[in-house]
Amino acid sequence: MTMARAASSRRSFLGHSYNLVGVVASLVILAWTLVAIFAPYIIPHPIGDIVDDDYFGPMRQGLWLGSDYLGRDMLSRVLMGARYTVGISLAAVSIACFSGVVLGMIAAVTGGWLDSCLSRFLDAMNSIPSKLFGLVVVAAVGSSIPVLILTLAVIYVPGAYRFARALAVNINTMDFMTVARVRGESTVYLIGSEILPNIIRPVLADFGLRFVFIVLLLSGLSFLGLGLQPPLADWGALVRENIGGLPFAAPAVIVPSLAIASLTISVNLLIDNLPQKIRDRDA
Amino acid sequence: MKSGVLKLVAKRLAIAVVTLLIVLFAVFFATSMLPGDTASILLGQAATPEAVAGLREAMHLNDPAILRFLRWLLGLLHGDLGASYANQMPVAALIGGRFVNTMKLAGITTLISVPLALTLGITAAMLRGSLYDRAVTVLSIGVISVPEFMVATLAVLLFAVYLRWLPALSSVNEARSLADLVRIYAMPVITLTFVISAQMIRMTRAAVIETLSTPYVEMALLKGASRSRMVLRHALPNALGPIVNAVALSLSYLVGGVIIVETIFNYPGIAKLMVDAVATRDLPLIQSCAMIFCLGYLLLITAADIIAIMSNPRLR
Repeated sequence: MTMARAASSRRSFLGHSYNLVGVVASLVILAWTLVAIFAPYIIPHPIGDIVDDDYFGPMRQGLWLGSDYLGRDMLSRVLMGARYTVGISLAAVSIACFSGVVLGMIAAVTGGWLDSCLSRFLDAMNSIPSKLFGLVVVAAVGSSIPVLILTLAVIYVPGAYRFARALAVNINTMDFMTVARVRGESTVYLIGSEILPNIIRPVLADFGLRFVFIVLLLSGLSFLGLGLQPPLADWGALVRENIGGLPFAAPAVIVPSLAIASLTISVNLLIDNLPQKIRDRDA
Repeated sequence: MKSGVLKLVAKRLAIAVVTLLIVLFAVFFATSMLPGDTASILLGQAATPEAVAGLREAMHLNDPAILRFLRWLLGLLHGDLGASYANQMPVAALIGGRFVNTMKLAGITTLISVPLALTLGITAAMLRGSLYDRAVTVLSIGVISVPEFMVATLAVLLFAVYLRWLPALSSVNEARSLADLVRIYAMPVITLTFVISAQMIRMTRAAVIETLSTPYVEMALLKGASRSRMVLRHALPNALGPIVNAVALSLSYLVGGVIIVETIFNYPGIAKLMVDAVATRDLPLIQSCAMIFCLGYLLLITAADIIAIMSNPRLR
């Protein structure tokens, strides 16, 4: 009885069933992705233009999200901010997960000293608090988009490595791995054709989680003034530059915060509501 | 059997020491990668090349990096943290009072968030699937999913702007009475408590639920033990290890949280000092602050691991 009801509240899509929360979350993510891609074409005002005589203006017709501390249109700035927040985070998480997963699989397949050295070194990297690492790097080499992407990627490689290695070690003990080894297959074949297809689903879920961490860290750094530098502004930087509007609850400080929250909460909810089959670590 | 545990713990401690060395090395090198020459930055634009060369010699900047690292490490062991570039004060003097302030903040937060989070986490696990459990879970996912500065801004909006109970900024110097003290620490502590508790609630709940799903707890249920007896007498003693592990791990989030919270509330702690040092590129100060944070973080995660080893009954 309960089974039937649970089944009817789920929709089937691409062979998996998703529940309502998951669908709504993926729609929010899709919307922000589209905004990030098409932002330059849909912003009502150029982001640098001062369009309001008043600063921290309220929401009204024409300026749908009010104006910022200089009287610039907040809607345009938030839409453009999506580009930087989503773009930089996506680039960083792709680099982090790609290198982490490849290294993790290689370590699991080869084992021996390579495995111990890599694991020991990356565990040490993991023992540096992420925000602190960001602070020190920014202090050392300054802040620019490539530096930010690389820093964020380096910070999250150890986590991706550890996750992928743990999964790959399990697969490595399977009979088909022994068979492939006896056949004399190369390491590239082993990790690409035997291990990767078996761990790809949990790895993708991990990709999503890591994306959230990176968005949060990037916003945090930008909020401290150590992330994206003006005139560019991601959502964290938008909160920072408009923090003066906090005492009168200006939309300029609330809206970018809500934008970050909507993105990160959606990704978390989507992952939480993924079908068990995808989410399970030992899928 | 006891020696097995000791061996594992000793191994974990050895790893922690090696890790600490690698971390110190990384901090030192990241900060010495600074573009531009420290000596010319210090002397300003009008400096003659001879003066710059002289200062480079005096500061041992021409030595190989590994030598400078060893010298720095040796200084650390003697308690000599070097002098700040910005105002020539010894770093130890700059850090001293700030460190106490940060520890106060972290201590108060720990005292509040540990009992709060444990109560919420354990009760949520006991009443798994109920409305209460779902409310706690959704709230903690919500707090985990947003950046710390957003929790802080929301707290300011609620308590300082709408309710007008508390001032938005804190400054320790003005504390004269207990009421002052409460008002100064309230905002930073509330923010940090939210951030830390959310992590702790999630981990505690997961640990208790895992224990509750083991066969021996089911056995207790089948023999007719009451729900509270089942949890308190049967499940909790075994879940204690994972719970303490979760507490130590969550407390390591204090390191990141404190950086944001001290900046946003202008709290005179060590994290604020470090963020300011980054702005002025004051290397010795950054190195020392970073080292203190890494040390604290490493201590907490090592403690978490050791507790996990000690509480594993199979190793005892």
